[in-house]
Amino acid sequence: MLSLEVFIAGSIVVALNLYMLMGGADYGGGVWDLLASGPRATRQRELIAKAIGPVWEANHVWLILAITVMFTAFPAAFSTITTFLHLPLLLMLIGVVFRGSAFAFRSYDPHNERSGPTWGLVFSISSLLTPILLGISLGTIASGRLGGTPANFREAYVDPWLAPFPLAVGLFALALFAFLAAVYLTLETLDRDLREDFRLRSLAAGAFVGIMALVVFLLAENGAPALRARMVGSPWTVPLQVATAIAALVAYGALWKRRFLVARYAVIVQASLILWGWAMAQFPNLIMPNVTIQGTAGPEATLQLLAVALIAGVVLLLPSFAYLLRVFKSGLPEQ
Amino acid sequence: MPLMMVIAEARWMRKRDPALLALTRSWAKGTAILFAVGAVSGTVLSFELGLLWPEFMRLAGPVIGMPFSLEGFAFFTEAIFLGIYLYGWNRISARAHIAAGAMVAISGAASAMFVVIANGWMNTPTGFRLVDGQPHDVDPIAAMMNPSALPQVIHMVLAAYAAVGFAVAGIHAYLLLRDRANVFHHHALSISLAVGGISALLQPVSGDLLAKAVAVNQPVKLAAFEGHFETQRGAPLRIGGIPNVQERRTPYAIEIPSGLSWLAFQDPDASVTGLNDFDPALWPPVAVVHVAFQIMVFCGLAMMAISGWGLYLWWRRSAVTSSPAFLKTLVAAMPLGIIAIESGWVVTEVGRQPWIIQGVLKTADAVTPMPGLLLPFVLFTLIYLFLATVVTVLLVRQFRASPRFLREAA
Repeated sequence: MLSLEVFIAGSIVVALNLYMLMGGADYGGGVWDLLASGPRATRQRELIAKAIGPVWEANHVWLILAITVMFTAFPAAFSTITTFLHLPLLLMLIGVVFRGSAFAFRSYDPHNERSGPTWGLVFSISSLLTPILLGISLGTIASGRLGGTPANFREAYVDPWLAPFPLAVGLFALALFAFLAAVYLTLETLDRDLREDFRLRSLAAGAFVGIMALVVFLLAENGAPALRARMVGSPWTVPLQVATAIAALVAYGALWKRRFLVARYAVIVQASLILWGWAMAQFPNLIMPNVTIQGTAGPEATLQLLAVALIAGVVLLLPSFAYLLRVFKSGLPEQ
Repeated sequence: MPLMMVIAEARWMRKRDPALLALTRSWAKGTAILFAVGAVSGTVLSFELGLLWPEFMRLAGPVIGMPFSLEGFAFFTEAIFLGIYLYGWNRISARAHIAAGAMVAISGAASAMFVVIANGWMNTPTGFRLVDGQPHDVDPIAAMMNPSALPQVIHMVLAAYAAVGFAVAGIHAYLLLRDRANVFHHHALSISLAVGGISALLQPVSGDLLAKAVAVNQPVKLAAFEGHFETQRGAPLRIGGIPNVQERRTPYAIEIPSGLSWLAFQDPDASVTGLNDFDPALWPPVAVVHVAFQIMVFCGLAMMAISGWGLYLWWRRSAVTSSPAFLKTLVAAMPLGIIAIESGWVVTEVGRQPWIIQGVLKTADAVTPMPGLLLPFVLFTLIYLFLATVVTVLLVRQFRASPRFLREAA
């Protein structure tokens, strides 16, 4: 049954999903900026900058929204997460700051021949580290090792996240973001050579996603046993795994055959199913193994108002968003 | 910044002076830079609330978390329309374009409103009942309607317009002194001074409203503003002075008899409660609050006086750009608004200590239990210094690249 708490928890997952598909891909773009190589390295970087330039700030809002909804609706869970994941989240924020400001600096600095490459490097390295730290944080929440009654500083603030399973989830997130970005970038250019560059990168990143998925699954046996048990033993296990596998195969096949539009939709479905698989395996927990949606939900009045605000906000935003897309993506020639 | 950008565009649509179009584009770029850093620091802020103040969020989240979510939507609207504005010059009609700019300005002001509402709640918490340290009977609407919200929102929004208006006017006054013939700077100065000046003239009224609310709701804070120790009828208004907490007096101040009683309660004989009537354990750092308050008021009054001067010049000769003395004063006044905002936040935040939520939760009880907080403190300070430097350097370079339009060309 869809209760109010579950609806709001679901909206947090929706926000995270959109953040992954949009903001995550922006980080992936930064990774390909770092790995730009071959005769067209400069043009690869220009394409990446052009693709993420107009949208990256807006894409950040999905993460902010997830956080604000979390602390309004599930304050106790939010406090636990931010208390015990202080260090990786702090490092992640440093990455967020350097990524964004370095990109802004590179874009808006009129004298960027001299300082441009330095800022570019700051931008791309922080694009690489930030998703890993985000993945580590989510991996720790899923692992069941957060909180409890730790005996000392290390047990409370370091050991839960500095462990193989969260680290693997961090690399998994990185792989997924890079995969999304590479597939999107094939559609951002009409240049055949550039397109081919990103097709090859997509194929490599897709393989990396597959490897990391396997590593995460193997490490979960010790690293996140409760989560793993639900992942393999729930009624939705088989349909979800099959659907994810089909999406992955379609994405890979479409890339192979250069059907880039199909590849884009398939990779969006694949990444979303991975995220929802994690969310469903966590359900009804917000933090494994014993912090639940029900147990940390705020008062009814707050939840009702928040649900109304979320629906009203989306209803107000949709026309603006549709207008933005109509202006920029409808293929209308410039007047 | 977006407000000035829209005004510049509206004037371009009426006058068709290419300098105005160049100015609109230049200010749009400035807005974009500030917006990019806003996106970054906004992300940091939403996490930081929990990273540094988890116990505060545990209590405040369900009561006053709402405006933060609403701020998210306002920010989103701003992002969408700024994108349309910046990249849509040749794709949509002139009217649709300026309307997009207006949406940026409106949603930006709405963002400020939502965040300041939450801060107002920390000063005058409403919309819940505390039972055993847990909020009960939570009413988020009542929390948003807290008595400090409206006066604080008006005060902060005006402060933002005044500070940006004066900062931009100061820069263009400086450039104008070196290049008197450049019409670009004439337009820039007129618009920024109008926005900054009108706000600065209105600001003392809003400040008075806010101080009256503080007098009623937070008497300790008001006493700290004024370095006011002894409860008395006909309390004086102190200008300057350095409060001495040991001796419980504020020497070196110019005292205007009955001034405080009159300002706070519209009655020269009204009794104003002094700090001595409160437990010293619940005093904020009086000297810091009083001095910061003096700095804020001084900057505000100076900006008001300069605006009055500008108004007089405009009325007399209809050109504020021709008086070198006035231009030099504007250059000197460039940082006043920013200093006023920073000291104003010191006043309201330090003035509320030792509480993080007035009368409900102490700051010391709200902080994260993680040891070694010096490190994140230093790190966050460095992050913000870094962001401030980045913004300043980018904006300064933006201004240096100002184009040149001579009167003949216009």
